[in-house]
Amino acid sequence: MELTRRDALLALSAMGIAAGGVAQQLGDRGTVSAEVTDGTVAVAEVVFPSSVSGNREFVETYLDGRTEGDGYSLEEIASLLDTIDREAKRSTGRSFTDLTPSKRDDVLREIGAAKAYPDPDGTVPQRIRYYLVNDLLYALYSSPTGGELVGNENPVGHPGGREAYQEGPDDE
Amino acid sequence: MSDAANVVDRTPSERVDVCIVGAGPAGALMADKLAAGGHDVVVLEAGKRFDFESRLRRMKRSIRPAYDDLDVWDMGGPRDDFNSSGEIFYPLNHKRVKGIGGSTLHWGGRVARLPEKDFEMQSRYGLASDWPINYDDLQPYYARAERELGVAGVDDNPFAPPREQPFPMEAFPRSYSDSLFEQACEKLDITTHSVPQARNSEPYQDRSACVGYGTCQPVCPSGAKYSADVHVRKAESEGARVIDQAAVQRLEHDDSGETVTAAVYRTPDGETHRQTARQFVLAAGGIEIPRLLLLSESPSHPDGLANSSGTVGKFFMESPYIHLIGQLDRRTRQNLIGLGTMESHQFYTPEEAEPGSFKIEFGLGAGPTPAQLALEQRTPLEGMLDTMRNPTSVGQWSENARNLGGIEWGDDLLANIREQYGNYFSISAEIEVLPRVENRVTLDRSTTDAYGKPIPDVSWNRDPHAERTIERAFEVLESIVDNLDADVREKHRSVLWNGVGHHSGTTRMGTDPGNSVVDPQLRTHDLTNLYLVSSSVFVTSGAMQPTLTIAALALRAADHLASKL
Ligand SMILES: Cc1cc2nc3c(=O)[nH]c(=O)nc-3n(C[C@H](O)[C@H](O)[C@H](O)COP(=O)(O)OP(=O)(O)OC[C@H]3O[C@@H](n4cnc5c(N)ncnc54)[C@H](O)[C@@H]3O)c2cc1C
Ligand code: SF4
Repeated sequence: MELTRRDALLALSAMGIAAGGVAQQLGDRGTVSAEVTDGTVAVAEVVFPSSVSGNREFVETYLDGRTEGDGYSLEEIASLLDTIDREAKRSTGRSFTDLTPSKRDDVLREIGAAKAYPDPDGTVPQRIRYYLVNDLLYALYSSPTGGELVGNENPVGHPGGREAYQEGPDDE
Repeated sequence: MSDAANVVDRTPSERVDVCIVGAGPAGALMADKLAAGGHDVVVLEAGKRFDFESRLRRMKRSIRPAYDDLDVWDMGGPRDDFNSSGEIFYPLNHKRVKGIGGSTLHWGGRVARLPEKDFEMQSRYGLASDWPINYDDLQPYYARAERELGVAGVDDNPFAPPREQPFPMEAFPRSYSDSLFEQACEKLDITTHSVPQARNSEPYQDRSACVGYGTCQPVCPSGAKYSADVHVRKAESEGARVIDQAAVQRLEHDDSGETVTAAVYRTPDGETHRQTARQFVLAAGGIEIPRLLLLSESPSHPDGLANSSGTVGKFFMESPYIHLIGQLDRRTRQNLIGLGTMESHQFYTPEEAEPGSFKIEFGLGAGPTPAQLALEQRTPLEGMLDTMRNPTSVGQWSENARNLGGIEWGDDLLANIREQYGNYFSISAEIEVLPRVENRVTLDRSTTDAYGKPIPDVSWNRDPHAERTIERAFEVLESIVDNLDADVREKHRSVLWNGVGHHSGTTRMGTDPGNSVVDPQLRTHDLTNLYLVSSSVFVTSGAMQPTLTIAALALRAADHLASKL
């Protein structure tokens, strides 16, 4: 299943960010550094299902828009990614982005992101869970493509019209 | 959030005809109609004026964990302190919103006229008391209320009271999951029908049609679901003045004790103001109206204003709900829209007094959403049961995630969501309660709110009439599920005693000043220029959503008041 820029825009609207405004700004990318994009894509490759492609475009659009959202700062993300990278180097001797997804998975678990309660103001693992793991999962599963993976093409928070609820399941 | 507390002029107006307290649907409709009639109207509203644009952000707060559902409309804190002293904990702030628009910012938007029997409980069944007005008195106002709010519906409900004209908008079509239950109901000779909605099935009066965000309760970002800020804007365009963050502390009266002279209110700058007016309307909801009357005690009204009957605050009613939830062996297509499209009122007007009325609703939001499963990762049935117990609480979902071990992500998570999402169902019933004197709103003088005033205490206790009705309602719901053309993998009962924000009965209507607070025109028996417009005047509450009746009463009271100005 291919994730698109449109999916990211729609996921943003489920985060309270008006997609129209974001779409207009997309001409001037540049606020989001390559490191942050690379790092976030590397996390997305772990937390998204392997059958999903198009992660980079999705993440780029999403990050551009996400910086418009309340309580989200790129510095925060950069610093969390830095912490993850340091942990990767400490335990494997390599940069997080250079690791295979399965090794990255280990690093994220070592750091506690799989056990921490998601809290935007909490400890480092709690913030990693909130701002990276959960934000990305939320973006995916509140986008129509992510919803379709599990049989819900109009996820809550997505203004996908009034047809879906009337239709039966695909396999019928 | 633009709050602009510093720039807004919140000082009182001069030469005001009507001062209205509260900007929910009751206050907003009154303000609009009176202002349109050329009268000088001031509305004092304790809560904020929320930017329409902030709704998307509020929606996020409603679907992301790490926010409490009270965050959606900034409820809670010292302004909203309360106590719950009854047998059942009553989470008051989950059952109301303070702000321009009132609790309709958060409401579900289902609307229904009260059937005839709800006005005649004593004469038909020997229960409680009759209303001093009946369905015929309200019928024309119901029709107007449907046009004001914008109601989508179709006249296919054989159990509904008579209608005079079609609904303003076409009904929302039934859902896929309704079709599963419809078959089962047919086998049992249970008639199902559509659900009237204060929600646009097409663009209506400058508001968008429903676009399917699916977050109606607690926030509709498109404005397709009616909320009373609509009539606040209309009222303002007709010349009414609406002051937000103006919390009324008490009413003052003249020496005779028969006329209200001013509403005393506090503003965010710490100032206290007095708004004078010829007529006063309390439209502050079923909890704050009795509280405000009790807070306005004076030497000539030692038990509180308009309380010579001693019934202010008594006979509080809420609507308990029961749910039968579970999983089928097949997809049920839930969580694709925020409303429900099928009900049955077949059991609404019983032959005998007991079991009492209940109304069946077929749910479309059963079970966790994929995003909730991804973010919260707990057993969905646990989550559903909690959520049914407190359906407005998103915080509930996150609470139990704390103690889990490591979460899944990637392919494991996808497999898990596929497994857990999609087969849930829920059927619910709204249950009639009777007015009982021990269910009541009083002042808790041991604790004060942000303004130093005693907080409200809600005492809410189980009702034997409702308990017997619940038993019968579960039998019916179980029989429907048993007749589904599907295997039922699991099913569970749950009872939501604390209800869904339908507070009523606390300043009831009647002709006898000895046992009621307002007369049939909603004027208090004790004060000549004080009106109470709210479900607080309901004598009995039935098992139907209250707001269309509140709106009808408000339009009727506005007509009456206009004739006196
Ligand atoms: C979760 C939920 C779902 C609901 N779903 C439905 C539904 O589907 N259908 C239905 O018919 N009803 C529903 N309701 C009930 C519906 O919201 C209420 O019946 C309706 O809003 C009541 O209107 P009102 O104007 O009387 O009071 P409210 O809407 O509560 O408004 C009262 C206003 O008065 C203000 N106020 C209070 N005290 C003061 C004071 N001292 N000074 C100044 N202002 C004050 C408050 O801030 C508030 O804004 C639901 C309620 C909840 C909570
Ligand atoms: S489903 Fe319709 S009414 Fe509900 S929130 Fe979405 S647009 Fe509003």
